[in-house]
Amino acid sequence: MKKLITMLLVSFMVFASLTGCNKPEEPEAKAIKIGLSGPLTGGAAIYGQAVRNGALLAIAEINAKGGLQLELKMEDDEADSTKADTAYDVLLDWGMQVSMFTVTSGAGSGVAPRYDADHIFALTPSGSAPALVYSDTKVYATTFQMCFSDPNQGVGSADYIKTHNLGTKVAIIYKSDCVYSTGIMQKFVDRAAEIGLEIVFQGAFDDSSATDFTTQLQGAKAAGADVMFLPIYYTPASSILKQAADMGYAPVFFGVDGMDGILTMEGFDTSLAEGVYLLTPFAADATDDLTVHFVTEYQKAYGEIPNQFAADAYDVVYALYQAMVAGGVTYDMTAQEIADIMIAQFTTMTFDGVTGTSVTWAPNGEVSKAPKAVIITNGVYVNAE
Amino acid sequence: MEKTIRKIFDKKHISRTISYLVVIGGFVAVQLLMNTVGIKSLFRSLLVPTCCYIVAALSLNLVVGVSGELSLGHAGFMSVGAFTGIIICGVLEPYLALNWLRLLIAIILGGVAAAIVGLLISIPVLKLQGDYLAIVTLAFCQIIKSLLNNIYLGIDSNGLHFSFIENRVSLIPGGKMLLSGPMGATATTRLATFTAGFLLILLSLLIIYNLTYSRYGRTIMAARDNRIAAESVGIHIRNTKMLAFVISACLAGMSGALFGLNYSTLQPAKFDFNLSILILVYVVLGGLGNITGTIIATLILYALPELLRGLQDYRMLIYSIILIVIMLITNNRKLKDKTDALIADIKARLPKKGSAAHD
Repeated sequence: MKKLITMLLVSFMVFASLTGCNKPEEPEAKAIKIGLSGPLTGGAAIYGQAVRNGALLAIAEINAKGGLQLELKMEDDEADSTKADTAYDVLLDWGMQVSMFTVTSGAGSGVAPRYDADHIFALTPSGSAPALVYSDTKVYATTFQMCFSDPNQGVGSADYIKTHNLGTKVAIIYKSDCVYSTGIMQKFVDRAAEIGLEIVFQGAFDDSSATDFTTQLQGAKAAGADVMFLPIYYTPASSILKQAADMGYAPVFFGVDGMDGILTMEGFDTSLAEGVYLLTPFAADATDDLTVHFVTEYQKAYGEIPNQFAADAYDVVYALYQAMVAGGVTYDMTAQEIADIMIAQFTTMTFDGVTGTSVTWAPNGEVSKAPKAVIITNGVYVNAE
Repeated sequence: MEKTIRKIFDKKHISRTISYLVVIGGFVAVQLLMNTVGIKSLFRSLLVPTCCYIVAALSLNLVVGVSGELSLGHAGFMSVGAFTGIIICGVLEPYLALNWLRLLIAIILGGVAAAIVGLLISIPVLKLQGDYLAIVTLAFCQIIKSLLNNIYLGIDSNGLHFSFIENRVSLIPGGKMLLSGPMGATATTRLATFTAGFLLILLSLLIIYNLTYSRYGRTIMAARDNRIAAESVGIHIRNTKMLAFVISACLAGMSGALFGLNYSTLQPAKFDFNLSILILVYVVLGGLGNITGTIIATLILYALPELLRGLQDYRMLIYSIILIVIMLITNNRKLKDKTDALIADIKARLPKKGSAAHD
């Protein structure tokens, strides 16, 4: 008898699981499904969380208007390209119609060819490496960027340091096993040579040595550097600021968008970041209507001042929405049909958001907008111009 | 014929039979599901990496379990295999249209490259014991990662172009970068298939079981269990350990090659210390020297974080709790006695059934 019951149960389970697989994933025809993958756990989690917050805020606002409805599903990829591959499959299973791509460059470079092959439109809020939109051999037709690309950040930083006379001798500390960091570093070095900016020290570190920077800092100090360029993520940057303060070394620190997030990092003494410059498209203290509205709404919802990642994500959702409305996207369209409409829209439209006005996109997916420099004063970003 | 069948089911070889049955059964089940009702893309994307991790764990078990040396640098061998495989495939692409043949060549050469590196490493490493060996293998893994992080290799119609530390490779139009430093391999053609993964697992089972059941296997285990006694009966300790180490490196290289060809981009940073530890966790929780256990532990532990995706932010928390629970269960005497009793019970029943079926 027991055996019979077991057999029955087992066969029922098998049947149930089979029907589970077999069920066609019908789009519910209520909202456009937007996929997104980013780090929600691990060392870059602040980026993923900020992007999710920004995107959800924009979606809530758009849905409240009552027009085209949007729905977001975010999967964790731990900023790892192989995990992002799996996350992409999860989003496919869910029935993603349009995508916010990945939050980080390393993860995005792995899935970019798949978005292109499957012809699904993807606009990344913060994946800044060129590898996300084109490779050596081809341009990915469906992938676009909302943030400015790494080469532009390197060039922009060098120009800013030179024209604003922040210092004469530059030291660089970069992460040698990171696509983002080496990409910016190389462009910065090239640009510095062109405009006559002297680089006196270059120190590298990698994942396994990302906690102790005394060697690099002492090297920079001995070389007499008065500006330190940090094209790295906020976690190692926070250690560098701490260790530099401990040894009484105070050059002008200059970061790029990876530095963003340092003020919201848990357990970090924000007074250490006073006077740090960083290049970002977004300054929370800007007084234009869009930014003021975004910052107040974000603070109301999450209790903190939004960083550039949240702002980029907010803009991505609005840019997608603008293109979808203009292109007449409907709920029952397939991802491929939507992709064709979106490509046509994005290569022709102009977008105004919190991270830039009159933003346009090149056919290869790169965005054109002006980088801004901000300086951290009393724990908030202040426009440095 | 009867002798062969008895050999399959006798006490000594039953663990081998179970390993093969688990692997073949799993393959057939997945194939059936794929061809009848279809499986989700999520599971399809997990198939090949799972196979790779199983082979890597099996090969590490040869060093840690069978040979009794703690190696913390297994990801280094995978890395050598992976990037060798990717480069080979990139070079052969214009000349060889057959995908499976290119994959086969890449896997074999990936294994050979890792074996050569393993042989070179084993010369200094196997003069050391215990903690020192662990430290040196760990350093080896870091060295491989740092080297690969600085290699720039491109190919165009003029041939291969190489530069180190700084990217000085300039290609004529139509060429492509095979390795670009920390960005690793970009735009690789994805060749890996589940069938290839399955065959690779079978191959590693074949090698590992034939080795452990052979005279060489017994000398390896003798050297592990009592070094002095083994030396006194004339066993050359270093050579026997080297044999296990090199075979293990070769298998890890093969799994790495398959892994590398399963993704369009792969960064050298993927094969870091954490990955070595992850594989070691599979081996330890599966049971040292226990082949079937390793396979099952890898299956469960690799798939788990992906299956827990539904839990959103809490999944890594739950994953670590599950790891701790498994660790406690396998080391708790009471629970262990119970599971041992259960296994003994099953074993007591098996030969009866076997003999009844073949009488």
